[in-house]
Amino acid sequence: MSEPTPVSRARLALLLGGLGVLVIVAGLGALFIGSASVPPRDVLAVLTGRVRGVDQVVVLSLRLPRILAALLAGGALAVAGASFQALARNPLAEPSVLGVSSGAAFGVIVAQVVGLGSGLVEAVGLAACAFAGALVAGAAVYLIASRAGGLPVHTLLLAGVIVGIFFSSAITVLISVVDFDRLGGVVHWLLGNLSPIAPGSLAVFAALTALGGWLVIGAARRLNLLALGEESAQQLGVDAERLKRRIFAGAALLTSAAVAFAGPIGFVGLIVPQSLRLLLGPDNRVVIPAALLGGGAFLLVADTLARNVIAPAELSVGVITAFCGTPFFIYLLRARVANPHL
Amino acid sequence: MTPLLDCQRVAFNYAARDASAGAFAIRDLTFDVRAGETFGVIGPNASGKTTLVRLLSRVLVPSGGRILLEGEDVTRLGRAEVARQIAVVPQDVPSGFPHTVEELVLMGRFPRAPRRFFETEADRAAARRAMEAVGVLELRAALLDRLSGGERQRVMLARGLAQEPRLLVLDEPTAHLDLRYQAECAGLLRRLGRQRGLTIVLVSHDLVFAAELCDRLLLMAGGAAVRVGAPETVMDEAVLEAAYGCRVIVDKHPVSRRPTVHLVYPTGGD
Repeated sequence: MSEPTPVSRARLALLLGGLGVLVIVAGLGALFIGSASVPPRDVLAVLTGRVRGVDQVVVLSLRLPRILAALLAGGALAVAGASFQALARNPLAEPSVLGVSSGAAFGVIVAQVVGLGSGLVEAVGLAACAFAGALVAGAAVYLIASRAGGLPVHTLLLAGVIVGIFFSSAITVLISVVDFDRLGGVVHWLLGNLSPIAPGSLAVFAALTALGGWLVIGAARRLNLLALGEESAQQLGVDAERLKRRIFAGAALLTSAAVAFAGPIGFVGLIVPQSLRLLLGPDNRVVIPAALLGGGAFLLVADTLARNVIAPAELSVGVITAFCGTPFFIYLLRARVANPHL
Repeated sequence: MTPLLDCQRVAFNYAARDASAGAFAIRDLTFDVRAGETFGVIGPNASGKTTLVRLLSRVLVPSGGRILLEGEDVTRLGRAEVARQIAVVPQDVPSGFPHTVEELVLMGRFPRAPRRFFETEADRAAARRAMEAVGVLELRAALLDRLSGGERQRVMLARGLAQEPRLLVLDEPTAHLDLRYQAECAGLLRRLGRQRGLTIVLVSHDLVFAAELCDRLLLMAGGAAVRVGAPETVMDEAVLEAAYGCRVIVDKHPVSRRPTVHLVYPTGGD
């Protein structure tokens, strides 16, 4: 067995530097690839400000905002997943599995029914509605699943599925009742679909992701202590109730921001933190910051695939993540059946 | 001299919805633990032992009475401050994630500097000393769920030692251990108590184990103290029979001359 490297500032900086390079490479790659064929030379020309016109619109107004949205949504969902897993002490927890994404999506639809558009103030309103939906769904799952002494895995997952179905049905009702044209693009969005976002919305998205990330990453060391149970964490000096509220708020915020601005994209929160844990071990001080960058890179690559696989038509990025996530989920579930301690 | 730990008329009641399995109320509990002694807490199921551990570690706050740590009320201290003074070694608890031995032991350093994000070299050295003291240093890179029950128990003990506490509280340390590990555990606790002068509170189902290791015992029943004193005074046939509701014979261990107890099994005829 190899000697584990101690978690340190230097090691984390190295890891995040590496992931940062990955994000930049993926981002540049995505700038150059797309259904509108813009030759690489022209992309470079646009980036250096030497070309205007159609190419500029494609690269700077379509591709670039979409790349940034993918990075933010992927990072937010991956950190939310890692947070829910640490809270539930269960590697299968994830915003879409727990029904939190559906709750947030319901909030977004309600906001759109009310008529919120895409301005800066409206973007804040949209995110607030999504956050309220996520909180309601998360609290419902917790109340249904919790027993004295913890959150049993099977009741947690079932409660998540049930709450998810409930909010999906509620969304269907709203879509059926309301004039379809007013909800233009909703169905597309519900499948988990990245589209170019207005700069104002992008700024709100970035701010919310930063806030949620700070809430979770700042408490990462305490979150580690929760792995052996709340009582054990309290005996080591952690205020477990306060920690749980902080992490839950952060994870719900990240989920709702991603859902509001990119749609309920599933399984990113499962695949990314789990893969990182397999590679780096379970320490949240490493896994969660790495998930912020790794999740972004993962979703960006998935979205670039979605844009180009059946070009000029487009797949939903949610389809790609679901195709990756479903087998992964089954693998984790089976591994857990074989070894309940996993 | 002020005792290290002083429980004065401590009471606690669970609200009906919080009562989890194995946790029971406590009433009018008075005892003290002197610095350097090994103090045993024994009693039947439902006697309030687990609740007492939770009260001592400030997971619960007494509804009546006071718990003083060197004269200071535990409820007035912050959580981390309590964790710097009192380390609880829990019963075997599975982790949801694959931690290594070293990662787990390093968690014991958290209360020393709760605001720090990373452990320092000094923290790592303290964890190393703790692992060395309980003989798990060579297992430091091993995953926790690959270890035997006895090894995991020692790892949890190392985490407690890494806290560098004044008082070590062990909750049922021999609960899942076979005879060999019980013997190892006893030897280890003796070393920690005698050589390092640690004050130990040992909560145990196992009367023989507690009587063998402890300087004094507290026998609890129904959430109250039945008797406190030297093992010879607490391990009294009439007292134990009243507390446990079954027939016992108290004897002396042939080697250690400590009190030991035999259960008189019902014959099935009556």
